[in-house]
Amino acid sequence: MTETQGPIVCSEAVQQLWDYLDNAISPEDHQRVAAHLSFCRQCCGELEFAKELIRFLASRGVDEIPRDVKTRLEDFVKEF
Amino acid sequence: MVEVRDRIRESFQRLAAAELAGLYSLARRLARDGAEDLVQETLLHAYRSFGTLRQASAAGPWLKRILVNVFRDQLRRQARSVEELPVDRVEDFSLYQILVEEDPLPYSDTLHHDFLQAFGREDVREILLRLPVIYRAPLVLRYMEGFATKEIAHMLEVPLGTVLARLHRGRKRFERELWAYAQETGLLLKGTVR
Repeated sequence: MTETQGPIVCSEAVQQLWDYLDNAISPEDHQRVAAHLSFCRQCCGELEFAKELIRFLASRGVDEIPRDVKTRLEDFVKEF
Repeated sequence: MVEVRDRIRESFQRLAAAELAGLYSLARRLARDGAEDLVQETLLHAYRSFGTLRQASAAGPWLKRILVNVFRDQLRRQARSVEELPVDRVEDFSLYQILVEEDPLPYSDTLHHDFLQAFGREDVREILLRLPVIYRAPLVLRYMEGFATKEIAHMLEVPLGTVLARLHRGRKRFERELWAYAQETGLLLKGTVR
């Protein structure tokens, strides 16, 4: 993603944070983001929030299935 | 022969029954309406290809992959646009920064955490459904269902780079919609930090 070598600015680091957490960027970009995070408190806050958002999404994934829907689906499968 | 068929059917019914809640949840996050139909069609497809399931322990992800395929085909039949949307200003949006600047929960010592805790499952579903499906589907599959990006690319029949780009934009749009939804619904004023 990053074309230039060397340090990156906050906006660039923030843009890549989720991909950084997902290991979806090149090793070079990963290293540059890590280097930026090593001194930038603001971006560390963004990083912690990105991690929290990932946990948040995972925690909102599964609902209770309504009883009537469950019964209908079970009956549906029994017809096979 | 009949006994074998009965055993296969019973085995499928047992596996499917254990996965109904997960399938229904996924269907409700992908589609605003018709979640039950989507699960039923998934079960029909799955029963027909039950022989391809290698391990009973993999039934959950196997069924979810089928559900995504069925959903993708439904979208195609409905001829909904799956074109990339024009890039908007979403790239610049930072929910973290907005929360710092706006400080919507002035008495909170853990502002960002408390902000997120105000959203229940139904709120999150509503927000996800506001996103175009090309962004919603990868987000749900990656962060709620835990599928790898390569697998998502395979399921959605798009290149890996496309999935990564859509995840990137989808996350930003999701953050923006979280903030917009909280303001529209007065979520933070209700004192309903859950």
